[in-house]
Amino acid sequence: MGRKLLLDKAHIEGIRYYDTYRSNGGYAAAEKALKNLGPDGVLDEVKKSGLRGRGGAGFPTGMKWSFIAKPEGVPRYLVCNADESEPGTFKDRYLMEFIPHLLIEGLLISSFALGANSCYIYIRGEYAWIPEILEQAIAEAKNKGWLGKNILGTGFDLEIYVQRGAGAYICGEETALIESLEGKRGNPRIKPPFPAVKGLYQCPTVVNNVETLAAVVPIINIGGDEYIKFGTGKSTGTKLISACGNINKPGVYEIEMNISVEEFIYSDEYCGGIKNNKRLKACIPGGSSVPVLPANLLLKTAKGETRMMTYESLADGGFATGSMLGSGGFIVMDEDQCIVRNTLTFARFYHHESCGQCSPCREGTGWMKKVLQNIEYGKGKMSDIDLLWDIQRKIEGNTICPLGDAAAWPVAAAIRHFRDEFEWHVLNPEESQKRNFGLAHYADPIPAPAAV
Amino acid sequence: MAVVQFSEEKLNKVKEIIARYPQGKQKSALIPVLHLAQEAFGGWLSAETMDYVAALLQLEPIEVYEVATFYSMFNLKPVGTYMFEVCQTGPCMVSGSDQIIDYIKGKLGIGVGETTADGLFTLKTVECLGACGYAPMMQLGKHYREHLTPAKVDEIIAECRAKANAN
Repeated sequence: MGRKLLLDKAHIEGIRYYDTYRSNGGYAAAEKALKNLGPDGVLDEVKKSGLRGRGGAGFPTGMKWSFIAKPEGVPRYLVCNADESEPGTFKDRYLMEFIPHLLIEGLLISSFALGANSCYIYIRGEYAWIPEILEQAIAEAKNKGWLGKNILGTGFDLEIYVQRGAGAYICGEETALIESLEGKRGNPRIKPPFPAVKGLYQCPTVVNNVETLAAVVPIINIGGDEYIKFGTGKSTGTKLISACGNINKPGVYEIEMNISVEEFIYSDEYCGGIKNNKRLKACIPGGSSVPVLPANLLLKTAKGETRMMTYESLADGGFATGSMLGSGGFIVMDEDQCIVRNTLTFARFYHHESCGQCSPCREGTGWMKKVLQNIEYGKGKMSDIDLLWDIQRKIEGNTICPLGDAAAWPVAAAIRHFRDEFEWHVLNPEESQKRNFGLAHYADPIPAPAAV
Repeated sequence: MAVVQFSEEKLNKVKEIIARYPQGKQKSALIPVLHLAQEAFGGWLSAETMDYVAALLQLEPIEVYEVATFYSMFNLKPVGTYMFEVCQTGPCMVSGSDQIIDYIKGKLGIGVGETTADGLFTLKTVECLGACGYAPMMQLGKHYREHLTPAKVDEIIAECRAKANAN
């Protein structure tokens, strides 16, 4: 069994409520942080831990915190990004729904370290039942003296508020989130200035993902030096992976970042193998934005090394032969799945979610959707495949925020690794409406288990 | 048409929401208050409703319109009492959401974006709702309905009809 730091107590009945959480060691880290470590001590531990942002970008959290400007008399804000919207990702929902106090404790410690007296949890609007769970946890914590004025007699004040979004993927981008929190359309801002200098209400602001902030709790509990003993190299600690698609056991798993992709997919502790004894065709390991990999490149790198569930190993080979750990949204596709159709759903998604500010993204995502629709429905031309490649290349890097890249990468990777499947669609317009292309040369290197 | 006016209880809720933000930043309350308004005034935001919210928060009406039109959860025209919002993005698609959408269409006799003649059901397709491991799925009101099958869809429809009859 892999060691756990976040979900180790998730199975305890009643852990959603304060008394159970507290009697199982909850708020010990907060006590340690506020009474013994002080803000700088907390920052040191987080830096030592090597914690990287769990929302997708993987930026070192301690470094992000150290950028926060501290002008005299200007409030600072911590904003928790709970706008979980990257297709394939549903891990933060699990944390908030089942162990809300872990997040609240993480917010308390992190706000204390940053000197923020107000903290907003921005949660996607569709998670409409979760704000009540969080607000109940906040009320319990406040009632027990963990929030409010002069917490633990340290003179530190903190209020936490929950803000619901209203359906916009783009609000997961930190500056769009801030705009939305200010009551505006979620149009990303031009950076610089970065939120650490001018964020919410033009004040210094740190925006961190739910899982990142929850991970601060075990880091303070065991210390940064112990935390780096979990995981591998620069992929320290544990990561929540939300696994979905054609697997036997979809769900949220906490993994120590030292296991192989093969173990994650096939072991009974995690995904439990491919559903219905089918063979593995492809996988998108870190949310819909990251490159899709065919089975042969997923389990081993181009160099023939075992692919591990770490930031570095999943990125090995760059975009030519690798992918990214991203948000941990792990989407598995079996031999019956159509790459063209799957890519079309993502292109439609990004077109729907583009905020419309930058023309390469606003127009380009629409074109990609239309061209993919033509190919998928038997009306494509061979030149459409090159056209698609051309469009995605012209979006990437040419937009204010990373949504453009996020829209371009899945299309690029699909063509890069599955070009023959696109060509087959074009050459066989009628047959492609009746059956899928199947596995082809990127066959599952692991033989399918014998039928029982 | 009923007058657009929050109840005393809702007005107190609005005050409580505004108090979450620093002085003078009540524009931050806009999205939460639009959620309240949509709930209170028939499940959608009419121009009257948006103007009312603007006056309440001391905003220009345009500031409310531009936000209401940006976010997918705000309905700008009337919808059925029960709105089936079925996810159709990649992970749901590979788990059979296309078949579920087709099944609902056949069962209710409506297309995507349409409402049944009795005003009871609206079918909408949506993009990823963060329930990929429990696909196929839909949002129904405040909650998610997951692991959908035709049989489960039948149950949900029956449940909604029963609720509507009871009211």
